[in-house]
Amino acid sequence: MNTNEKKSLFEREGFQSLAASLICILLGLLVGFLVLLCINPAGAGTAMVSILKNFLYFPRPAIALEYFGSTLVKTAPLLLCTLSILFAYKVGLFNIGASGQYTVGAGLALYLALAFRMPWFVCLIAAMIGGALLGALAGALKAYLNVNEVIAGIMLNWISLYSVNMLLTNVKESSTTYTSPLRTGNPGALIPSLGLHHLFSENRYVTIAIPLAVLIAAAVWVVMEKTRLGYELKATGLSRNAAKYAGMREKRNIILTMAIAGCLSGLGAAFLYLSGIEQWSCAQTAVPAMGFNGIAAAFLGGLHPIGSVFSSFFIQHITSGGSYVDKMVYCSQISDLISSIIIYFCSFTLFIKHCMKQYRQKRKASAGAAKPPKQAAAAASGKGGN
Amino acid sequence: MALLLQYTLIYASVLMLVALGGCFSEHSGVINLGLEGVMVMGALGGALVMKFMPGLPAAGMIVAVVLGAVLFGTVYSLLLAVAAINFKADQTLVGTAMNLLGAAAATVFVKALNMAEDSSNVSSAIQYIEQKKAFSMLKIGNFELSWFIVLAAIVLIASNILLYRTRFGLRLMACGEFPQAADSVGINVYKMRYAGVLISGVLGGLGGIVYITAGVSEWKFENGVAGFGFLALAVMIFGQWKPSLIALSALLFGLFRALSNVYSGFSFLAALNLPGTLYNMLPYIISLVVLAAFSRNSRAPKAEGIPYDKGQR
Repeated sequence: MNTNEKKSLFEREGFQSLAASLICILLGLLVGFLVLLCINPAGAGTAMVSILKNFLYFPRPAIALEYFGSTLVKTAPLLLCTLSILFAYKVGLFNIGASGQYTVGAGLALYLALAFRMPWFVCLIAAMIGGALLGALAGALKAYLNVNEVIAGIMLNWISLYSVNMLLTNVKESSTTYTSPLRTGNPGALIPSLGLHHLFSENRYVTIAIPLAVLIAAAVWVVMEKTRLGYELKATGLSRNAAKYAGMREKRNIILTMAIAGCLSGLGAAFLYLSGIEQWSCAQTAVPAMGFNGIAAAFLGGLHPIGSVFSSFFIQHITSGGSYVDKMVYCSQISDLISSIIIYFCSFTLFIKHCMKQYRQKRKASAGAAKPPKQAAAAASGKGGN
Repeated sequence: MALLLQYTLIYASVLMLVALGGCFSEHSGVINLGLEGVMVMGALGGALVMKFMPGLPAAGMIVAVVLGAVLFGTVYSLLLAVAAINFKADQTLVGTAMNLLGAAAATVFVKALNMAEDSSNVSSAIQYIEQKKAFSMLKIGNFELSWFIVLAAIVLIASNILLYRTRFGLRLMACGEFPQAADSVGINVYKMRYAGVLISGVLGGLGGIVYITAGVSEWKFENGVAGFGFLALAVMIFGQWKPSLIALSALLFGLFRALSNVYSGFSFLAALNLPGTLYNMLPYIISLVVLAAFSRNSRAPKAEGIPYDKGQR
C-alpha cells in the first residue's frame, strides 16, 4: 500500500516538474561551480557558498533578517515579470518584451512621482497602463501583421530603454546620472509599508508590495484555471484557428494577453522603484535584467504561478548572493551566468520529464512481466494514456 | 559623407553576415534566436586572439582573428544544435538562454582575465588599438575600408551559390520546407539541420568580431552586442530569406545604424537639434516598421521551429 502511494506521487505532473526543476538547478550550480574552479580553484567553494547563502552571509540574525527583507523587496518585481512571461507563454506567446514593459513602467512611475509629485497609487497605475500599452502594441503587431513577437519585443525593449533614459534625465540628480531619491523628492510616492518593515529589522524598503505580489500570483492562477477568460486565452494559445472556429475572437485574445502581461511587468517595475531601494540610472546602456531573469524563473517554476513564487525567490536569492563573492577574485556576474545556465537546462525539462515517464513505464513493464500477461498489458495501456 | 559611407558599409557587412547565418539555420528548419549570443562569443574569440597574439603580421592577424571568431561562434552554436535537434527543445527558449549565457559568460571570462593580470582592473573590456590596424585595407584621409567588407562580399557570393546551385543547399532548404519528404528520399534531416545551425554559428561569430572592430578599439563585454543579433533577424525577414535581398536590406539597416555614429557631422541633421538618443533608437524603430510592413506575407521556411520527429507524419 505504502509503495503504491509513492508511485502515484512519482507519476504526478507536479512532482515531475519539481524534480525536473531541481535537476536544472543542480546542473546550473554544477556548471557555475566548474567555471569558478577554472577562474580560481582556491576560492571556488567559498564563493559558491556565499552565492547560495546570500543574506545568511551576515552572522547576526537581525542584520540577516534585514537583508532577507531586501531580497524579498527585489523578489516582488521579479515575481511579476515571471508571471508576465508565464501568462503570455500559456497563450503561446513568448514575452521577451517583459524587460521593455518593465522599463516603461519604471519610467512612468518615477516621472509621475518626481515631476508631478503624484501619490504612489497613481504612479503604480500609470506604470501598469504604460506596460500594458507596450504589451498591447507587440500583441497587435503579432495579431494583425504577423510580426514575430520575440523580435518585436526586443526592438521595443531598446526603444523603451532609450526613451525612458531620455524622459528620466529631466528628473535626475544634477551631480549624478541617477534619478533623485524618492525619500527626499516625494515621500508620498513610496508604497506604504503598513508596519511590515517591523518584521524585517526596520528595513524601510519592505512594503506591502511583497504580499501584493504573492496575491497577484494567486490571482493569475485563478484567472488561468478557473475563469472563462483564462480558458479562452489558453485555447487561443493551443490553436489559433481552432479558437477562431469556435467563435473566440483570437486577435483580441492575443492583444489582451500581451496587454495583461505588459501590465504585470510594468507593475513589477513600480514595485521596485516605488519602494525606494534603487534609483534609475539614466546612463544605463543595457535593458534591465529583471525581465530576462523572469524567463528563468518562469520555466524553473514549472510554468505554474505558485511554483514561480518559489523560483523567483530562488533566482533573486542567487542574484543578490552574487554580490557577496570575493570581489578580488570573482565578479558578481557569476550569478547571471548560473541563472542563464539554468534557463538553458530548463529547455530540457520536457525531455527530462519524458525520460522519467519512460523510466516508470519500463519499471512497470518489468514488474508486470512477472504477473499474468493480461494485467501487464492493461497496466501498459493505462500508462500509455498518460 | 565619406564617414557615413564607411560606417554604412561596415555595419551592413555585420548585419548581412549574421542575417545570412540566420538564413542558413532557418532554411534547415531551426530558428536561431541565439544569434546575439553567438555574436558575443565570436567577438570574444576574435578579441582573445588579438589580445594574446598582438605581434602577428597583418595578413596573419586577419586569418587568426577570423579563425578565432569562427571557432568560438561555431562551438557555441552547438548548444542550440544539440538542444533543438537531438532533444527537441523549445527553440525560442534555447535561443534566449544562449543570448543571456553568451553575455554573462563573456563578461565573467573577460573580467577574470583582467583581474588575473591586474587585481585592480575589474572592467570587462578588451583593448585592441594596434591590432585593429591590420584590418584596414585602404585609407584615404578619414575614409577607411576594412578587409572585412571584402570578406562579407565573398561570403555573400558563396552563400548564394551554396544555397541555390549546390546539391547541399537544395537539400538544406528541403529540410526546412518539408522534412518528411526530404527524409523519404534519403536525406538525413538531422545532419542537414546540424549543418544549418553550425553555418549560422560560423557566420554569426564572424559578424560578432566585425561588429566590435567596426567603430571602436576596445569592447566592453558587459554590453553584449546591443540587440544587433535581433536586428540581423529583422534584416533576414525583410530580405525574405534570400541572400541577395538580405544584402540589400542590410545596406538599408546599416545606413540607419551608421547615422547614429556620424549624425553630428551633417549640418542639416545637427541643425534639427534632435537628441542623440533618437538616432540610437532609429535602427530599432525602422526595423519594427519594416517588420510590420513585410511580415504579413512572410516567405518563412514552412517547417521552421518545428522539431523533426522521424515517427511523425
